[in-house]
Amino acid sequence: MTNKEKTVLITKNGIRHDGRKKTDLREIRFEVGILDRADGSAIIYWGKNKILVAVYGPRELHPKHMALPDRALIRCEYRMATFSVTERKSPAPKRREKEISKILAEAIEPAVFDYLYPRSVIDVFIEVLQADGGSRCASITAAALALADAGIPMKDLVVGCAAGNLNGEVVIDLDDVEDKEGQGDLPIAVLPLSGEVVLLQSDGVFNPEQYKEALDLLMDACQTIYKLQREAITNKYAKITEEIIEPVEVEPEPTEAKVEKKKGEKTEEKKETEEKTPKKKASAKKAKSEQSEESEKKKKTSKKKEKKTPPKKDEEAKE
Amino acid sequence: MTIFIENRSMVTPGEIIAEGNYNVGQNVYRKDKRIISQVIGLVSIKDDYINVVSLKGKYIPRVGDTVIGKVTDVSLNTWTVDIASPYPGILRPATSLDRRFDPVKDHTRKFFDIGDVISAKVFSFDRTRDPVLTLRDNNRSGSTTFLGKLIGGRVIEISPSKIPRLIGRRGSMISTIKQYTNCRMIVGQNGRVWFKGNSFEEEYLVLQAIEKIDREAHTTGLTDRVKEFLEDARKKMGKPTAKGEQPKK
Repeated sequence: MTNKEKTVLITKNGIRHDGRKKTDLREIRFEVGILDRADGSAIIYWGKNKILVAVYGPRELHPKHMALPDRALIRCEYRMATFSVTERKSPAPKRREKEISKILAEAIEPAVFDYLYPRSVIDVFIEVLQADGGSRCASITAAALALADAGIPMKDLVVGCAAGNLNGEVVIDLDDVEDKEGQGDLPIAVLPLSGEVVLLQSDGVFNPEQYKEALDLLMDACQTIYKLQREAITNKYAKITEEIIEPVEVEPEPTEAKVEKKKGEKTEEKKETEEKTPKKKASAKKAKSEQSEESEKKKKTSKKKEKKTPPKKDEEAKE
Repeated sequence: MTIFIENRSMVTPGEIIAEGNYNVGQNVYRKDKRIISQVIGLVSIKDDYINVVSLKGKYIPRVGDTVIGKVTDVSLNTWTVDIASPYPGILRPATSLDRRFDPVKDHTRKFFDIGDVISAKVFSFDRTRDPVLTLRDNNRSGSTTFLGKLIGGRVIEISPSKIPRLIGRRGSMISTIKQYTNCRMIVGQNGRVWFKGNSFEEEYLVLQAIEKIDREAHTTGLTDRVKEFLEDARKKMGKPTAKGEQPKK
């Protein structure tokens, strides 16, 4: 743990090697809902970290024997891309990745109302595209956003941040160099509303005063990050609202083009299906004719009946 | 008794909506007299009931719901149906066929095979068992939703929490779409919508309208915008209005 003379981690004036002060965070930016196929997704840019999170679920769990009878299983997979660090990382999951997957799943669990979805699973996939220290904290911060984006009921979002010990000075948000050459690393994750700690790890040396100071600084930092998190969510929906308010006249043109384009595609498909239909089983035909008869009957009486049904649905809707 | 958030505004999980003796509605929870949101959604406060209308999420079956499912597995006396929910739907011949089912003579595959799309009702569901579906409608009010195999047409999947928006107040939105497109539509509470029209253009209009609603569900004045959109589209197609137009056979 000897400090190399090359990099000055922190000067007497309290300036760190990258120009930050003791309690400065790196720049943090989020984007929510960036993957179309996933139920929820988020990407976080935290300093030089780039981490992509996808959430699937709650969904059916296979193998079934893993299912929990009273709540949803939360599975988490933290993976670093081979190109995420300067020297190629072997793609096989290492001990470190398995450990982080486990602690992240356990950190997410207290925030999620998992008892609402018994026997199912919520899958969280975390891909580190670029790593620069504090990736587990960034991962959990992004994972909470992705979970919220998936519409999974949560007590609160989860925010992670790390503190460190650089030559006796307590600092916030370590980067890779500080993590490797400093004297201590203290990652933490909290539920910002209640201040509950859901993850606390500690590497290296801290004396009791330093530990207390670190925790105080971290709580403040987490509140700052929490605000950014919430902004990211509201921004996603505010964007759509803005689009609607401003350009009303722009929309029709491209839609018409689409119709024509798709029309061509579709007629081809129709031909195909027409060719296929004679081959279909007789039973299918029968059913079809039955249905069409029914539909004709309906058409005659439909307008009355149709008007009857919607209000009932509406009552449900109001609930 | 204070409310911190304006009605109809957006909240995120963990956001405090109110403090005091309010009733806890959907997607909120109470902690030390504070009412807190569980999801991303829009707040709706009625009297002292606090709800959050979620904007996304998976379908959780409710008894009596109409759902649109796809048969994923067939066994000797059961069909397993994917209903876009964490739990697979189970359909049995006894509650789905018009006649007696004799497991010795009859084959389940002849009625529904893997890949078939059906509309069904949720007959029973609780947290210990998978949902059981039925094709019998024991609704006394004379509901007209078709239950059974859906042949032809298209199925689109949207977020189930936006289905009430798609139906609209007193069914206004759905009847608007039907009126302008002459399409038959079946809306499943599980977020799937089946529709079949007379021409591709009309079906495509329905598709666009549903996608528009899915995207803009959190905004106000949506019914009017959808109406406007459909009107414009019909004008471009050379058929200004569909009102009173008889569907071709």
